[in-house]
Amino acid sequence: MKSDINLIDDNGKRLDGRGIDDLRNIKIEAGVLHRANGSCYLEWGGNKVLVAVYGPREAIPRHTQNSLRAIVNAKYNMAAFSVEDRKRPGPDRRSKEISKVISEALEKIILTEQFPRASIDVNIEVLDAEAGTRCAGLTAAGVALADAGIPMKDIPAACAAGKIAGKVVLDLGKEEDNYGDADLPVAISPRTDEILLLQMDGHLTLDEFNQAMDYAIKGCHIISEIQKKAILEKYQPKMEGQ
Amino acid sequence: MTVVPVIKRDYICNLAKQGKRVDGRKFEEYRKISIETKVVNKAEGSARVKIGNTQVLAGIKMDVGEPYPDTPESGVLTTAAELIPLASPDFESGPPQEDAIELARVVDRGVRESEVIELDKLCIEPNEKVWIIFLDIHILDYDGNLFDAASLASLAALSTATVPNKRFELGEDYPLPIREPPISCTSVKFDNFVVIDPSLDEDEIADARLTVATDNNGDIRAMQKGLNGSFTREEIQKVIKASLDNGKEIRRQLSEVTGK
Repeated sequence: MKSDINLIDDNGKRLDGRGIDDLRNIKIEAGVLHRANGSCYLEWGGNKVLVAVYGPREAIPRHTQNSLRAIVNAKYNMAAFSVEDRKRPGPDRRSKEISKVISEALEKIILTEQFPRASIDVNIEVLDAEAGTRCAGLTAAGVALADAGIPMKDIPAACAAGKIAGKVVLDLGKEEDNYGDADLPVAISPRTDEILLLQMDGHLTLDEFNQAMDYAIKGCHIISEIQKKAILEKYQPKMEGQ
Repeated sequence: MTVVPVIKRDYICNLAKQGKRVDGRKFEEYRKISIETKVVNKAEGSARVKIGNTQVLAGIKMDVGEPYPDTPESGVLTTAAELIPLASPDFESGPPQEDAIELARVVDRGVRESEVIELDKLCIEPNEKVWIIFLDIHILDYDGNLFDAASLASLAALSTATVPNKRFELGEDYPLPIREPPISCTSVKFDNFVVIDPSLDEDEIADARLTVATDNNGDIRAMQKGLNGSFTREEIQKVIKASLDNGKEIRRQLSEVTGK
């Protein structure tokens, strides 16, 4: 559906006043839940996401176990009150797909071979949703996994780029997602720039795609720094205390 | 359910014999409570309540729908609770189990039977259109006493909710009409000891549980006994008194946050 709202004004500013390669505000806090082995609370624009990591623990039911490595079990779930029209509780096709691609992205960077027959459960709860929840969820999951002390090659970071009003932009907001031309969520391992998650819908030329990838990867690197800061904020005081 | 080792049970009971609890509280002492409202922008009303380490988030969504045939001029309340796997290593995803259903129903009863929401003011067109209120309760961190946390979060969310008239092109938004809410306090019994606001360990070894909701006048507005143990008359009196005493302080804290 196209609308007549102007997604980019004459000064090149977007609806919320951002420039074309600006991120929304991001706030990350590590270790916010008592019961979980690791947890993270993340606010990204109007998104609010809570992630809890349990494990490594015995994978149940047993037929899901892998005798050579751990399985990574990410579950993406949206709260009924997180969206404009109430969402029916429980998994739907969309959340199952997102759970799967996030699990696969995490499996790549977790040293799963250290925990045969175990499962590492990553529960992602979207409490408030406003475009880009899968990137928010995966970014928070990276911090929660680090908080849980799960050995990883890197802390994954995710960010989307897209196209609105004929221009490639970073980190789509709500109206931009609804009325934009393309959306490209990307997750990377920031140390190596390996791509862990990549989805696209909409319409991009090859040049636009390359530009969008550049933006998304740049965004991931900025987010990676915020992730590291959140982890340091929790653990640095403890280290200095020793 | 976790199998709490016998040793843990013995430890808790031995402490109780000396009049002590594991976390140093008195038998009739509540944990620290914090209430935060309007935490979810997309929701019509929301609240996060912490009781000790237990954390519960309640959210309100509203929609226009048909009334029940027997109450054609009343709004409708629908309550659901989810024990999401985020909150505890023992919770599993999937359709709500017994525990979640009991929790939702006890909260629902506390809100419905005590007529906290003025449902008769939520009629748009008799027989045709009324407001449907969806109250969804998410357990975020389970460290004991879900009943009180869930009902307090629900009350705080309802008290600060807005009827989204504008979104449905029905005029101006207005605050959800609410009456003075009763406050629920839960006690559990193990080995003939009765303690209020059970911690996780106490919840897990409890033989019996009793939730009492009391109102402003000191009257009882709802009760629910759970688990397979029993209470004596005297114990019930004790539980009611502890609920009244703690209820007062919780009510004060709630009205401070909601401004009602």
